[in-house]
Amino acid sequence: MPYRMILILLGIVALVLAPLSQGNYGIYVLCSWLIFSIAAMGLNLTLGYAGQVSLAQAAFMGIGAYTTALMTMAGVHWSFAAAASMGLCFLVGLGLGYPALRVQHHLLAFVTLAFNTLVFLVLRNEEWLTGGSFGIVGIPRPSFFGIETTKQLSFYYFTLVVFLIVAVLFYGVVRSPWGRAFKALRENPIRANSLGVDIRRMTLLAFAIGSALGGLAGALAAPLVQFIDPPAFALVHSLKLLLMVMVGGAGYFFGPMLGAALVTVLPEFLRFTEGYYLMIYATTVLVLMVVCPTGLIGLGKRMVARFRPQRVERGDLKQGAQL
Amino acid sequence: MNAATPVLSVRNICKSFGGIHAVRDVSFDVGAGEILGLIGPNGSGKSTLFNCILGQLRPDSGQVSVNGKQVAGMRACDLNKLGVGRTFQMLQVFPQMTVLDNIILAGQEHHGNMLTRLFGPPDAGLTEEAERLIEFFRLGHLRDELAGSLSYGQQKLLDAAMAFMAGPSLVLLDEPAGGVNLTMLASLKERLKAFNAERGTTFVVIEHNMEFVMSLCTRVLVLADGAIIAEGKPEEIRRNSQVIEAYLGG
Amino acid sequence: MSEFVQIVLSGLATGSIYALAAIGFTLLWQASQTINFAQGEFVMLPAFFVLVGMHVIGLPMLVSIALALVLSLLVLGLAFKKLVIEPMLPHGTLPIVMATIALGLLMKEAVKEFYSAEAQPFPALVPGDTIRLFGATISAQDLANLAISMLAVLALQLFLNGTRTGRSMQATAQNPAVAEILGVNIKRMVLYTFLINAALAAIASILISPIYLAKFSNGESLGLVAFIAAIVGGFNQIRGALVGGLLIGVIDNLAATYVSAQYRAAVPLILLIIIILVRPQGILGKAEGRAV
Repeated sequence: MPYRMILILLGIVALVLAPLSQGNYGIYVLCSWLIFSIAAMGLNLTLGYAGQVSLAQAAFMGIGAYTTALMTMAGVHWSFAAAASMGLCFLVGLGLGYPALRVQHHLLAFVTLAFNTLVFLVLRNEEWLTGGSFGIVGIPRPSFFGIETTKQLSFYYFTLVVFLIVAVLFYGVVRSPWGRAFKALRENPIRANSLGVDIRRMTLLAFAIGSALGGLAGALAAPLVQFIDPPAFALVHSLKLLLMVMVGGAGYFFGPMLGAALVTVLPEFLRFTEGYYLMIYATTVLVLMVVCPTGLIGLGKRMVARFRPQRVERGDLKQGAQL
Repeated sequence: MNAATPVLSVRNICKSFGGIHAVRDVSFDVGAGEILGLIGPNGSGKSTLFNCILGQLRPDSGQVSVNGKQVAGMRACDLNKLGVGRTFQMLQVFPQMTVLDNIILAGQEHHGNMLTRLFGPPDAGLTEEAERLIEFFRLGHLRDELAGSLSYGQQKLLDAAMAFMAGPSLVLLDEPAGGVNLTMLASLKERLKAFNAERGTTFVVIEHNMEFVMSLCTRVLVLADGAIIAEGKPEEIRRNSQVIEAYLGG
Repeated sequence: MSEFVQIVLSGLATGSIYALAAIGFTLLWQASQTINFAQGEFVMLPAFFVLVGMHVIGLPMLVSIALALVLSLLVLGLAFKKLVIEPMLPHGTLPIVMATIALGLLMKEAVKEFYSAEAQPFPALVPGDTIRLFGATISAQDLANLAISMLAVLALQLFLNGTRTGRSMQATAQNPAVAEILGVNIKRMVLYTFLINAALAAIASILISPIYLAKFSNGESLGLVAFIAAIVGGFNQIRGALVGGLLIGVIDNLAATYVSAQYRAAVPLILLIIIILVRPQGILGKAEGRAV
């Protein structure tokens, strides 16, 4: 569909131009939106496409952020540190996926929830490694081929490049046979298994890839703020990420980006609501879940379907009417 | 495989649940291209036997082999890779995926490996083959519709088509006629027969609907109280007094 | 030895309060497949109803407590069921999970914005005397907490097993379809369950707040403890939730003394993970018959 291509190109142009009118703080908000989008995309793969509930995405951001912080401060280049962060999260995600093979849905939610809290405790208590509740200060920003990202604007473009690469790769994965197998896993694991889909392997992969993206988001968050501490990766942030995915639209490609925007960018426009923003947000989520549990994208599709003329001639009446 | 090896071989299967013998010492072979019907009154052990063949239940004793290979304890996905397709009693399609995606999914795991499935073409090179199969089951006009939006009968056809996509040597159909209206039934039967004639695929069908079994199958096995009480061509079974006894006399 | 007895006894006292929250959580799950992620906030909120009654309206303490109980029944029971859960039941479990997460967030933020972000002292029901028992020193407050929560659980059991309504509620939880055929008004039974949960949460809130102080963020840890107690004991059993609550209370106290203060919170979590992996139906639970 060419008109969709044009929309995407326009979107990218908007992303390139967006920070130019902004001060340092505005650019920071945009950066954190892109970073949360990456983490939410990862969760969207696990939850939206493969149907596995995970309440531990913030923990993976934490693992990624600390790994990157420690490695870059020891002099390792960011790209290697980020790769290591993703690799580590991939492996831990595989491990966290194992319970998913035994228990499902609500129990799985609790296993991952407990995992997130355990990671938080380790980050807070192992002072020799993580700095405890003081966190880690002075994380350097990377440079690429002599181009520094110390300026907020250049760091934004660096984040944007990473985001676009991730988005393209993610799109590739969900369109590939893997993506189809993930969706089949969500919709009907038993049938998928009988059609040759190795559901054990795909479940673990859904967790591992989703977690690795969480790790990458953490690897970007560490040099953005240049300071990390355990509360930034507490359970409540996993819940927030979960809400981002569900509100945007789980299982839709653009859902998490929309959801992340609602949590990171929109509050800035709604400054006048002051402390009430979270309340307004929570109420909106409640109403949305009652009205349209498929999220905003699902709601949008429903609207479009209402205004678009109904398919006049039902396809199945042509020759399949006897069925 | 050589012609002498039966596609499905069931040997001395026994299965009991807490002292009740659901299946007792059942043995039979199914040759290439056969359509075998498995019938029997309620509680005769059909489903237990079916589940033993599919590895979902572990028989207390006895063996099941497909194309000469033991399948006991095999995972469903591995059994499928061995060339066994199946349908379920309850309708099982992927409602939020298009008809085409349903069918491609059913074939993709049989092509290439994990890497080609990630980096290769999104349709695993199966679109044409899938379209042919969709056409064959007369669902061509619904190719891009979500499976969940199809009528019950159409979903039933899609369900069967998925079982055929990977080109299995054996397909087990669990009550394909359940909940299907008469016109639809005729067309399902006609398509199954055509597929069997075209590709020589072997079928094993569990079914309550006698008319459906008698007109579809080339051979029928009758189960009562967990044991085979009769076996033969449909017309022989029709005349068999033991079978009539089992159904009417209970 | 006396130190050990002391730790166990005070663990039982807090554990019995956890059990109240866990039992409510379990009841909701049984009656309507609702996983209430706001359960912690349900225990946080009623204490603030009491505080509003005492400090804003100026009522005496006991009247404020009565008011808090009524408000809890209305807000956490009736309104929660009618406005949040009921319209969402057809959408399945996940949207309900989301909605209760959002509801918890809403309650937390509302208390923070409209009352206070600081921890509030909360009046205790009994004076802070200590009693010597088996050579151990135990506070009258702990004993009173244990007694009141056990009485509440006992009353609940008597109601569920001894009355017609209680038995109808159990039937509804076990098999709604059959219960309906037998003439049970399912909707009303489910509503009763929500009301009972609200009452249990209110009692737990009033008992625990003198110990932890009333703070908007209390729900985070309380909710976690309630989940863990419910799952460890057996997700589908009241008895299980009771045992789970007591167990977590004791383990938590023992861990604080004998493991390390830093990793105290980790012990129940690890217990949770082990239980889920080894015995997902919980210590006392029966495997759930529902197909997943």
